[in-house]
Amino acid sequence: MSSMTGPSSQKPSAHFIKTDFVRKKERRELMAQAIFFVMAVLMIVPLVLIVSYLVYKALPILSLEFLFKVPTRGMRDGGIWPALLGTVYLVLISLVVATPIGVLAAVYLNEYARESWFTRIVNLAVVNLAGVPSIVHALFGLGAFVVFAGMGRSILAASLTLAIMTLPVIIASTKESLASVPRSFREACWNVGATRWQTIRHVVLPNSISGILTGVILQVSRSAGETAPIMFTGAVFYKAIQQGDVFAYGLLDQCMALSMHLFTLSTQVPDVPEALPYGTAVVLLVTVLSVNALSIIFRVYLRSHRKW
Amino acid sequence: MSRHRWELAVEMLIEWVIRLCGISAIIFVFGIFYFVFREGAGLLFSGRFSLAQFFTNIEWYPTSQSHVRYGGLALIVGTFSVTVLAMVIAVPFGLCAAIFVSEFCGPRLRETLKIIIELLAAIPSVVWGFVGLTLMNSVIISLFDTPIGLNVLNGGIILALMSVPIIVSIGEDALKAVPDTYREAALALGATRWQMVYRVLLPAAKNGLLAAVLLGVGRAVGETMAVLMATGHSVRIPTSALDPVRTLTATIAAELGESSVGSDHYQVLFIVGILLFSITFVVNLSADLIVRGIRGKA
Repeated sequence: MSSMTGPSSQKPSAHFIKTDFVRKKERRELMAQAIFFVMAVLMIVPLVLIVSYLVYKALPILSLEFLFKVPTRGMRDGGIWPALLGTVYLVLISLVVATPIGVLAAVYLNEYARESWFTRIVNLAVVNLAGVPSIVHALFGLGAFVVFAGMGRSILAASLTLAIMTLPVIIASTKESLASVPRSFREACWNVGATRWQTIRHVVLPNSISGILTGVILQVSRSAGETAPIMFTGAVFYKAIQQGDVFAYGLLDQCMALSMHLFTLSTQVPDVPEALPYGTAVVLLVTVLSVNALSIIFRVYLRSHRKW
Repeated sequence: MSRHRWELAVEMLIEWVIRLCGISAIIFVFGIFYFVFREGAGLLFSGRFSLAQFFTNIEWYPTSQSHVRYGGLALIVGTFSVTVLAMVIAVPFGLCAAIFVSEFCGPRLRETLKIIIELLAAIPSVVWGFVGLTLMNSVIISLFDTPIGLNVLNGGIILALMSVPIIVSIGEDALKAVPDTYREAALALGATRWQMVYRVLLPAAKNGLLAAVLLGVGRAVGETMAVLMATGHSVRIPTSALDPVRTLTATIAAELGESSVGSDHYQVLFIVGILLFSITFVVNLSADLIVRGIRGKA
């Protein structure tokens, strides 16, 4: 194709003479392709640029020690252990809450509900739940869990807020993976006399479990990075815990979190050594991106190893 | 026989649990509205707060002792200006990238680009904010020779980068939804790919692309941490892209921590929350209706 384009290569061939109209058309085609290509490739630039810039700036401080030490000298020195641990707590608890609800909600939408105005409203609610701004989730968590339910600002309240916020992620991916199980599997099961739930429990869920896991991993990456929803529901600027203590937080304690720690370091604490917030940003970014990459790898693997 | 009945009861119970989880999304959406409204309602109907003043006045002095004013206009304009700038940057990029990914590239490159888009979407907003605060800040200072680089431009660029992934992935879905027969018919008539895209695909997918842009707007309006850190802190009507502003979301995030639970200041922030909830609700609802509109026809 490319040999036919461009005004310079217009030797009249025996078969086909290009008119001006065709040449113009082909020039435009090339231009459009080039523009679209550049626009698409430009998206790679910020990703590479941001990651490499942050890593470059954080290099002097990045070490295993940085992860496991507690902050010292009014957060101007030391590591990020309490924040790292807090994020793990928040993510795990929100995962425990959101996974069953999200999976069952998807089961309802895909296996029980018929196409009706009601399912449309449920689907609409899922879309809208995903679109609610994170700061409004924070207001909700504050109003419902912290004040109304009397949990106070605590890990529990913050995790529940995160769970509700990330519910649509799990619902969407579970629904997709349930829908990929062929209908004939279910029919075979019904035909031997199994009930609806038995079919789901023994045929549909086992066959879609890996797809569900992909969504769960995605939920982890999402909730690990969120800041606004936990800011007023349980995360604090500073909390003193023992270095390397894994069980430092209780359910009703407040905690530090990586995302919150980055915000604090970069806006609230004066005279922070430059590398410290960069180090925190890199740890947060690498955590979120690698968890996300894990989910992508998992999905690609699944797609190529599907049994049906 | 009793064993059978027992199993039936369990089955019923499980079915009810599933139904309950199924409608959980509805419960939560209403729950969010109810609880945000509940916390803000006290002030909203108290007479100390007037909606007219909120939408027309630019004086935001929620903590003043003598001269309390809840004028939200500057905040609304702040959100609006940053969102518009973000969309001016993100829509061309996003749509072109969506067209490229869907129509012009081979399967290998397509998978790679989609993964990159997904990773770009996964970057936490606080990291974007940090990038705005450090990298973008110094870039803007040196390019435009301003004392501080935290302004509409900075926030707009950061928000654009954050909404591009949504626009690309939803836009690509919309293009993919156009039947292949359309493409084949156009190509068979001797159209180039660009002519096919321009004359056939874009008109056919325009609703889906519009929905993609709307969802991008929804994301930009609701974004909190990035704009909190990147737009500077100044409640005012911006006159140029180099002015600092403050958005609705950033105001809640910045002030909620300082207000005591139940105070007027606390309640007015929940009223701002109701406004935000309503905006994104309408935006998401219309995007959804537009998408379903095409599906209904096809």
